[in-house]
Amino acid sequence: MTATVTKAVPDPARDRVGKPPPARRRGDGLVAWVFLAPYLVLFTVFVLAPIVLGLWISLHSWDFTLPNKPFVGLDNYTALFDPGSVSFDPFWNSMQATGIFTLFSVPLLIVVPLAVAMVMNQRFRGRNVFRAIYFAPYVLGVAVVGVMWRFLLDRNIGAVNSYLGALGLPDDIAWLSSVPPAWVALVGVTVWWTLGFNAVIYIAGLQDIPRELYEAATMDGAGWWAQFRNVTLPSLRPVTMFVTLITIISSANMFGQSFLMTNGAPARETQTAIFYIAETGLQNFQMGQAAAMSWILTLALMVLSVVVFAIFRLRGSLESS
Amino acid sequence: MHRSPLFVPTRSGLTRRGFLTVTAGGLLLAGCGGGEGVGGQRDQEGVGGFSGEAYDGPALSLAYWNGFTGGDGPAMQQLVASFMSAHDNISLKNNTVEWADFYQRLPAAANAGKGPDVGAMHLDQLATNAARQVIAPVDDLAEALGLAESDFAPSVWGPGIYQDDRYGVPLDVHTIAMYYNQDHFTKAGITEAPTDAASLDEACQALQQAGIQNPFWMPNQWPAHLMFLSLLWQFGGEPYAEDGSEATYDDEAGEQALAWMRDQVDKGYSPDNVDIDTQYVAFKNGQNSITWDGIWQINDLQESGINYGIAQIPVIGDEAAAWGNSHNFFMSEQAAGDENRANAAKTFIGWMSDQSASWSQAGMIPARNSVREQTEFTDSVQYGIREQIDTLHFLPPVPGLGDVQIPTLEVAVNEAVLGKTSPADALSTQAGNASKMMQENLEKFGS
Repeated sequence: MTATVTKAVPDPARDRVGKPPPARRRGDGLVAWVFLAPYLVLFTVFVLAPIVLGLWISLHSWDFTLPNKPFVGLDNYTALFDPGSVSFDPFWNSMQATGIFTLFSVPLLIVVPLAVAMVMNQRFRGRNVFRAIYFAPYVLGVAVVGVMWRFLLDRNIGAVNSYLGALGLPDDIAWLSSVPPAWVALVGVTVWWTLGFNAVIYIAGLQDIPRELYEAATMDGAGWWAQFRNVTLPSLRPVTMFVTLITIISSANMFGQSFLMTNGAPARETQTAIFYIAETGLQNFQMGQAAAMSWILTLALMVLSVVVFAIFRLRGSLESS
Repeated sequence: MHRSPLFVPTRSGLTRRGFLTVTAGGLLLAGCGGGEGVGGQRDQEGVGGFSGEAYDGPALSLAYWNGFTGGDGPAMQQLVASFMSAHDNISLKNNTVEWADFYQRLPAAANAGKGPDVGAMHLDQLATNAARQVIAPVDDLAEALGLAESDFAPSVWGPGIYQDDRYGVPLDVHTIAMYYNQDHFTKAGITEAPTDAASLDEACQALQQAGIQNPFWMPNQWPAHLMFLSLLWQFGGEPYAEDGSEATYDDEAGEQALAWMRDQVDKGYSPDNVDIDTQYVAFKNGQNSITWDGIWQINDLQESGINYGIAQIPVIGDEAAAWGNSHNFFMSEQAAGDENRANAAKTFIGWMSDQSASWSQAGMIPARNSVREQTEFTDSVQYGIREQIDTLHFLPPVPGLGDVQIPTLEVAVNEAVLGKTSPADALSTQAGNASKMMQENLEKFGS
C-alpha cells in the first residue's frame, strides 16, 4: 500500500547521516482507508453483521414475530445431531441432496464450459453468434428457467418425453418426480443454464495465454494434445481454480431449480439444504434453527473450499518443481 | 462481484402452495425487534366499542392487504371501488400479494409497523396471526352487526375464535369440487355425475372404453392433500386434535383415504407420477375427463372454453364431507391502536360482509346464509355444489398449524401417491413429526 517506489530496501543505518526517510505510511494509510471505506461499510453491514447476528440468532429459539425469544444455548445445534429430533432427517437429507447435486454438477460445469471455450476461441465464421447462443440462457432468471423446464420435462404432457417417444425411446421417464431422473434433470438444466458464464471466464483466460508459448511448443513438435496438456491447462490454473470455487459455492447454494421444478419431490429427495433452511426460517419462522443449519452448511463449504484451494496449490508446486 | 446464478429471489405464481420470498425483509428486521412485540403498546381505548354506525370522522386512508391475485382479483377490485364511492372519508390503499408470500410478509411488515390496517386472510391462518399479535379481536364488530353463528355456513364460525376472542369475519367459504368433461361423458354414455366410489369406478371404466386412456389423474402435490383431507373426513377420521396437541391422521381412516388415492393409479385410471399442476392442465386440454380441484378455478375454466360440468365430490367413504376454507376479514393490531382507524376498518369489514353476494363472481360461495339466497349466487356455477356447503370441515384454530402441514402431511401424501411408501408408513412417520412440531408450537405460542 505504499505510493513511493524504492528499488532498494532502505537501510536504517544510513538514514542517520543521510536525509530523512521519505515521508510515507501515515498519510498513505489514511488515503487507503478512505478508498476502502465504501467497501468496508457495505461488507460490515451486509456480510459481517449478519454473520455475527446469525450466530447470535442460532443460540435462541428465535421467532421474530413473537416478543419472547428465549436463549436456548446450543439446542438448535444438538437437535441437528440428534436422530430423534424432527429436523434431523430432513436436514441431513437436504445436505445429502445438496451433496449429490454438487458432486454431479461441478465437474460438468468445469469441463463442458472449457470445451465450449476452446471451440469458441478458434477463428471461424459466425463465432460471435455461437458465443451469444451459448451465453444466452445465463441471462434468464431462475424463475423463467425453472418454469419453462418444468413444462418441458413433465412426465405425462411434456415435450421432452414426447420427442423421446417419437424417437422410439422410453417416453415415460418421470423427470421431475422420481430419482435418479430428477437429478439428471436438475443437473442437466443447471449446466444448460449456467455454462455460458464459466465459458466466458475461460475464454478470457485462454486469450491471456501468450502465443509464444504455443509457437515454442509447435517448434518442439508438440501435437494438439500435448499443447493442451503442457501449455493450456497449466496457464489456465488460476482461472480454473476460480471457476471451481465459484461453481462449488453456487451449486451448494442451489435452491431455485429444485423449488420450481420438483418442489423437493419425490417426498423430500430433491429438497436442497438452502431450500430446507428457507422453509424452516422464512415459512415456519424458526429462525434459530435455520441459522444453526446455515452455520453448519457454511462450515462445510469453508472446509471444502480450503481443500480445493490446497489441491490446486499442491498441483502447482508439484508441477513447478 | 459474481452473482450466484443459483440464487433465487422470486417464486413462481403457478401453484397455490405457499412458500417464500428471499426478499422478505424478515432477516433484517429480526435484529431490530427490540423487546416489544407487534402492537406491544396497544392503547386499550382504541379497541372495542364499535357502534355499528359507519365511520364519520376525518378522512383517512387504510392500507388493505389481500392475496386475491387470481380470477378473484377483479371481483375484489370492484367491491373496493364501490365501497370507496359509498364512503367519502375512507380511501383504501390496496396491496395484493400472492397468498404464498402474504403469510410471510404480513408478520414481518407488522413487526416493522408497516403492515396493513385491514385485510383478508384464510380461516386457518387466523389463530397463527392472533398468537403472533398481528391481528386484533373484532368481537364488538360482530356484535354491532348482529352477526351470529346461525347467520353463517356451518362450522365456518368456530375456527375464527382464538382464546375466546373472534378474529375474523368470514367473507366466503371455498372448497374443492369435481369437474368433469361433458363431451367425454356424453361419448361414454354417462348421464349422471358420479356420487360415490362405485359410480366413479363405473364412470372411469366407461370412459376408458370410450377411448380416454386415463380419465382421472391423481395428483401427488397440490391439491392432493386437500383431496386427502376430504377423504379422511369422509372415512370418519380427524386430522388434528382440537387442542393442537397432536396429528391424528395416521389411523384407519387415513390409511383408507390414502390407499384409495393410490388405487386410482394402480387401476390405471391415472398415469403414474402426475407432476405438479399437470392433472389440471390435462383436464383443460381434454386429456383426462375428471379432476378434483378448488372452486377458485371456475373463472379459469370458463375462460378456457372447455365444456365442463361441476359436481360435489363423490362420497368415497362413509359420509359426505369435504375440505373447506374461508377468506376472513381481519383488522390489524396497528389499526386497533387508533380509534378512528379501527372504526374505519370495521366499517369496511361490515360493509363488505353485507355486499358479499357479488363476491360470487370470484367463484366463491358467500359465507352468510342470507347472502346465498341472492341471485348473484343462485345464478353462479358453484351453486351446483350448494349441498356440499353443509358438509364442509375446517382445520381447527391452532397457531402454526398451516406451517406444520406443509413439510409433514403433504410429504406423506406425495410419497404414498407416488407409490414410494405404503400409506400406513407414510402417515405414521409424518403424523409423528407433525405431533412433535405441534408440541413445540404449543410451547412457543404458550397456549
